Amino acid sequence: MTDIYLNSKYVGTVDNPSHFVGEVKDLRRKGSISEDISIYHDLAAQEVHLHSDEGRAHRPLIIIKEGKPLLSEKHLKQLEEGEITWHDLIRQGVIEYLDAAEEENALVASSEEELSPEYTHMEISPGSICGITTSLVPFGNYNQSSRLIIGSKNQKQALGFYAANFHLRMDMDSNLLHYPQFPIVKTKIHDITEYSQHPSGQNMIVAVMSYDGYNMEDGVILGKASVERGLSRSTYFRPVETQELRYSGGLIDEVSIPDKEVKGYRSEHDYRFLESDGILYPEAKVNEGDVVIGKTSPPRFLSSMDEYNLAAATRRESSINLKHGEKGVADFVVLTENEEGNKLVQVRLRDERIPEIGDKFTSRHGQKGVVGILVPPQDLPFSESGITPDLIFTPHGVSSRMTVSHLIELVGGKVGALAGRYVDGTLFEAEKEEDLRKQLSGLGFQEDGTEVFYDGRTGKKMMARIFVGNMYYLRLRHMVANKMQARARGPIQLLTRQPTEGKAKEGGLRLGEMEKDTFIAHGASLLLKERFDSDKVVIPVCEKSGLMGYYDARKGRAVSPLYGENSEMSHIEMSYAFKLLLDEIRTLGIYPRLHLKSKY
Amino acid sequence: MKADHEKTVEEYADRLSPSVLQEVKDQLPASISKSDLTKVMETVVTAHENAKVNPGECVGLVSAQSIGEPGTQMTLNTFHFAGVSEMNVTTGLPRIIEIFDARKDIKTPMMEIFLKEPYNNDIDKLKKFAAKIKETTFGELASEYSLNIFDQVLKVTLNKTLLADYDLSTKELAKVIKAKAKGFSVESSDDDLTLAKTGKTQELKDLYNLKEKIKELKITGTKGIKQVLPVKRGEEYIVLTSGTNLKDILALPEVDEVRTTTNDIYEIYETLGVEAAREAIIREVFKVIEAQGLNIDVRHIMLVADIMCATGVVKGVTRYGVVKEKASVLARASFETPIKHLINAALEGEVDYLTSVVENVMINQPVPVGTGLPGLVTKMK
Repeated sequence: MTDIYLNSKYVGTVDNPSHFVGEVKDLRRKGSISEDISIYHDLAAQEVHLHSDEGRAHRPLIIIKEGKPLLSEKHLKQLEEGEITWHDLIRQGVIEYLDAAEEENALVASSEEELSPEYTHMEISPGSICGITTSLVPFGNYNQSSRLIIGSKNQKQALGFYAANFHLRMDMDSNLLHYPQFPIVKTKIHDITEYSQHPSGQNMIVAVMSYDGYNMEDGVILGKASVERGLSRSTYFRPVETQELRYSGGLIDEVSIPDKEVKGYRSEHDYRFLESDGILYPEAKVNEGDVVIGKTSPPRFLSSMDEYNLAAATRRESSINLKHGEKGVADFVVLTENEEGNKLVQVRLRDERIPEIGDKFTSRHGQKGVVGILVPPQDLPFSESGITPDLIFTPHGVSSRMTVSHLIELVGGKVGALAGRYVDGTLFEAEKEEDLRKQLSGLGFQEDGTEVFYDGRTGKKMMARIFVGNMYYLRLRHMVANKMQARARGPIQLLTRQPTEGKAKEGGLRLGEMEKDTFIAHGASLLLKERFDSDKVVIPVCEKSGLMGYYDARKGRAVSPLYGENSEMSHIEMSYAFKLLLDEIRTLGIYPRLHLKSKY
Repeated sequence: MKADHEKTVEEYADRLSPSVLQEVKDQLPASISKSDLTKVMETVVTAHENAKVNPGECVGLVSAQSIGEPGTQMTLNTFHFAGVSEMNVTTGLPRIIEIFDARKDIKTPMMEIFLKEPYNNDIDKLKKFAAKIKETTFGELASEYSLNIFDQVLKVTLNKTLLADYDLSTKELAKVIKAKAKGFSVESSDDDLTLAKTGKTQELKDLYNLKEKIKELKITGTKGIKQVLPVKRGEEYIVLTSGTNLKDILALPEVDEVRTTTNDIYEIYETLGVEAAREAIIREVFKVIEAQGLNIDVRHIMLVADIMCATGVVKGVTRYGVVKEKASVLARASFETPIKHLINAALEGEVDYLTSVVENVMINQPVPVGTGLPGLVTKMK
């Protein structure tokens, strides 16, 4: 007696569970019941679970009968000639989908060689244990799994040709790689997913060597000539958007060049890019602070407006201008309506991003690095045949991470580039390393991929042969241009008068608690004080009451809150945060009295 | 040593500490000439001066950093098996935290008992001693309980082999229980005990409570010693225990009271005093650091131990312990529970003299440490 559950609900019992399970499976394979239904026999609990609900991930497998796959050569031929499709194979019961529960009852072979009668299913490809992005790593089976994960994560951040209609789209924060290329070392997944239609990297000549240490600690070195010829150049699109909001009383925002009467009018110079419709003209080069869309809003607090206050009746300036550190060229303008039918203006700014020091690059093997220097062509190391690398990668990145696939791709890419073909690096089914080496030596190169190199600066032959070849390198979306920030003085917070935080607010870099401790440990206490001077204030303190007073400009002297003018007031330097603390202590009902003493 | 040499050395008494002087005296060759001796003494003085910490050096913070930085590398692997899997000891960061917080209930209390001459090299005598100190409760000896609620009779069947191991008889057990089981009569037979209610039955629960009570009853051994483990340490045998009771163990005649110790700092403080507790803190922390393969100068730990014991009581580095001792209100408020500290300070009318680091950082004044320490002396006209 075995219990039967349908979607985890008890429905009845059967006496011969294995027969029942077999029957259900047959029905499914025949197509009498849906292919999505799964059946799982829990032998230990003596239960059979049928599932037909949503939310179960399932995957296709080839059915094995008596040690032989049901998928025959005939099927493959028919598939190739287009006589049958994938769905025909499912309908014929050659391939079926298993979910996680039913997999517990299955024994899945990963290749035809290991088949024996006890197997029930076979993988369509041994590489199907990996997902799509992971399968895009060539020679992935030579790697540690963690590196594969990093490699696939990096590929998601790569710049590329993300959509063919990019020129019509208003994406937030999008990048477009110029001249994207299809990788020389590819996998089958590249073909299946039509990667050639949306590639996201370029084939570069990579030398594995050091160059004055500019690529140490995961750095990469780029050839300046390559970059100037367009290597990894990209465009960053930044949308600027505004809408005409409606306010009570039939008032509405207006997109236009603001009148000079408008409250908060900047200056004519600030509106110089705007055309008569209030939007900047195409191909206008705008920098930080420049107005992109001119806009005015109705006056605030309409109710408090009275006849004595005519100024309040004027409209407010509410133009959209570029924030700190932003720049771009007006690329595309859209005028449309939002859901409420109000005018919506979108402007897309384009900014060409030429690779520079600090930009991030990666191969497909989790070997990411940051550009350390751009080397002029005459200083780059060159091979006997005069080849200079586009990118110099450090050998120290390989030893601890053990990304063997990175090295094999380099050889594979070299073979592909020299022989004028693509090299297959599909997971578990890649071209053999031995074969690649043989072909490389057949092409007249060292079979290990090394070449004699000369230092471009001295012309001297290098002491070691350099491992050089072609690799598919990706430019990642983290660019210094978006992140770089420095501040000497700038905006402060209203409450504490300390510098603001974060790049968007032009903030300072905090000297934290532990950093403070290092100053103390060195005994540099006067330097520490200077560091913390950012919110320094001088406050008049009453010597009688020990309370903070204020400066009365009319009387021309400081006044005590308790004794008024009948007390000596001393000007005391302290941090504004401490003044705030004293105020807050007073809110507790505690009287913080400052005892003043001459410092000297 | 010659008398005039002695005199020369003694001349340095105001510049060198007595322990250094003694060390010099012990190591001087007898044949040394007077001029050489002065040279030696001058070298010692310069070396001693160089070893001194500069005035204004922020010793506490440097100690905190010196302990804190390697602390980040410490594994969180809590337990370390002291040879045998039955005995495990808290090590690593959890142990360090335990010590610095001066916890009274430590996770794995443990003793190292050294024995005197005949016992420490005779394994049989040692084993006998170990069995003697191990705390055995009645519950461990009993194999079966049967409660008769109607007659209010509790019958306990005892484990005979265990009894033989501990060299006990049922009669002896009955005697011990009698003292505890008031209102019950105790009768013993060969391998079981019968407890019957003598007076009137008031509560049905009485019988059950009695059972639970006698289960916890100590029959033999020292209270708190839950496990014993004889091990060889160098040339002799010692006893490791889990559970600790320093006071009672030290009272036993077999025990070498000089070397025997526990890892429970609070217990050391109670039985031997603060100075011993200070030593214990240093030793226990250093043990952990060494086991982790880290390299921290003992003097940093000594400083922490000194601060913990400075008041004559062991205080943890917590807001209830060392931090509470801070003179500055602002410094205490900046650590934890600021409002509580401020209000209490206000109630007492406390004055903050701004003599330490934190409070000066708060009000943006030079901290009285390093370059902030020296002041200028001028005559004001």
